Amino acid sequence: MNEFWEAKVALQWGTLKPSYDVVIIGGGGHGLATAYNLALRHGITNVAVLERSYIGGGNSGRNTTVIRSNYGKPEPVRFYQRSLELYRDLEAETERWMMHDERGLWWITHTEAGRRTEIARAEINRAFGADTRFAEPEEIEREIPGINMNPAGEFPVLGGSFHAGGATARHDRVVWALAEGAMRAGVDIIQGVEVTGLKVENNQIVGVETTQGSIATETVVSAVGGHATSVADMAGVRLPIRTHPLQAFVTNHYEGTFDAIVASIDLGFYVSQTARGEMLGGAHIDPQPSYSRRSDHHFISSIAKRITALFPFMGDLRVLRQWTGSCDMSPDYSPVMGRTPVDGFLITTGWGTWGFKAIPAGGEAMAELVATGTTPELIAPFSLDRFAKDRALADRGSSGTH
Amino acid sequence: MSLRITCPTCGPRSAEEWIHGEMFDVPDSITNTDEWDVDRGFFHNNPEGLVQEAWFHLYGCRRWVVITRDTRTDEILS
Ligand SMILES: Cc1cc2nc3c(=O)[nH]c(=O)nc-3n(C[C@H](O)[C@H](O)[C@H](O)COP(=O)(O)OP(=O)(O)OC[C@H]3O[C@@H](n4cnc5c(N)ncnc54)[C@H](O)[C@@H]3O)c2cc1C
Ligand SMILES: [Zn+2]
Repeated sequence: MNEFWEAKVALQWGTLKPSYDVVIIGGGGHGLATAYNLALRHGITNVAVLERSYIGGGNSGRNTTVIRSNYGKPEPVRFYQRSLELYRDLEAETERWMMHDERGLWWITHTEAGRRTEIARAEINRAFGADTRFAEPEEIEREIPGINMNPAGEFPVLGGSFHAGGATARHDRVVWALAEGAMRAGVDIIQGVEVTGLKVENNQIVGVETTQGSIATETVVSAVGGHATSVADMAGVRLPIRTHPLQAFVTNHYEGTFDAIVASIDLGFYVSQTARGEMLGGAHIDPQPSYSRRSDHHFISSIAKRITALFPFMGDLRVLRQWTGSCDMSPDYSPVMGRTPVDGFLITTGWGTWGFKAIPAGGEAMAELVATGTTPELIAPFSLDRFAKDRALADRGSSGTH
Repeated sequence: MSLRITCPTCGPRSAEEWIHGEMFDVPDSITNTDEWDVDRGFFHNNPEGLVQEAWFHLYGCRRWVVITRDTRTDEILS
């Protein structure tokens, strides 16, 4: 973060104390939102957030910032809709501008099966409070600038869904505003401290080992993005998570206006325009589990082919930057939030390629769980024990890329 | 990042020609068969370090190859 923003956003870094009521591992959006809600909604301020690198340096500062609630099952639609609504109020609440822009999201399909899926999605979205409707090709051609309705001859646009609530917000500003709010309320946020061990006695968390010494605590929230299994291992907890790289890119400035967020389900990419005018795009995860954050040429050449098929104007643009994050992928493409078999060890993970939109509601729910000891109804379906209970929430078609 | 995996038959080929195979990693401590099934289906070792894994050369000789890879760097060691 540069000095301009250090001055604008009043960040006062904490110093490590020997004990805390709650230790949150990971200064990404989920860890910070949990701290923010603990302090501001529940008055719990004897809290530390330990970040081994810098806040927002993980996936929360690397994502493509799509906020949406157009999921395919009741539980996720309800949860993400809550988050989408909290995002609407977050700028006013924190008094920080996050460039939140509710511009609407199109999910385009090129197959008959995809048409049926998007019709069903619109129905289930409306039933559970999300604003989505089906759109015919004529409307798509009229509303989406520069779209080629018959790309490569093989992928005619056969319709899609329009999710009016679809939005974007500047990711680092979300991170900084939550950090600032938590710090002001007395939370210690400390950068450059890595958690290296967890102390468990009689199946209860009693402390945290760090690169700057031990801390006593009976409540630990692990919010470490792609490193979820490494931290859970320290408490002897096994997770249904694998870490995969996800890449994204921006082009140079596009002179036109592209005032929509568009995803092609079948071509497997999505694209939007940033406030600087760049075109921002992403696609699927890399196939092998990996913690490497090196970007590659295969990604950019394969996504370029698909994107320029649907949006020929992008063929005249140049790739400016490309980057990679490490995503905590769950087997059913739904988050994993709440308790673990070890008392006092809570997790918020399974955020994969889709967790930026979930930061406000995830933080709200995790804080409520810590403060009250009761799992909020909104996140109960996402518990770790759902796999053993045969209640996995398979929703890959809704989570896949963003 | 994109891998180049060396096939004994075809030589070094880019990862796009391969399918990443499953890693069977149920811990020995799990003996109950229901628990074994849940672990096999959903839970994983996800090490930051060396893994042994199988890749299938789908768009090539269609054989399995076992490699050792460092998941922190994607370097292939054997
Ligand atoms: C390219 C890309 C595009 C994406 N696009 C979207 C999108 O459009 N919409 C959407 O909703 N989601 C998207 N996502 C997903 C989203 O970014 C993540 O799900 C979300 O940011 C997760 O937040 P987090 O706080 O859980 O994790 P992170 O932001 O990754 O934070 C975890 C933090 O924990 C720290 N940490 C790890 N281990 C330790 C340790 N031992 N001790 C101390 N600290 C530790 C890390 O340094 C890191 O800062 C995208 C992700 C990527 C990579
Ligand atoms: Zn071969």
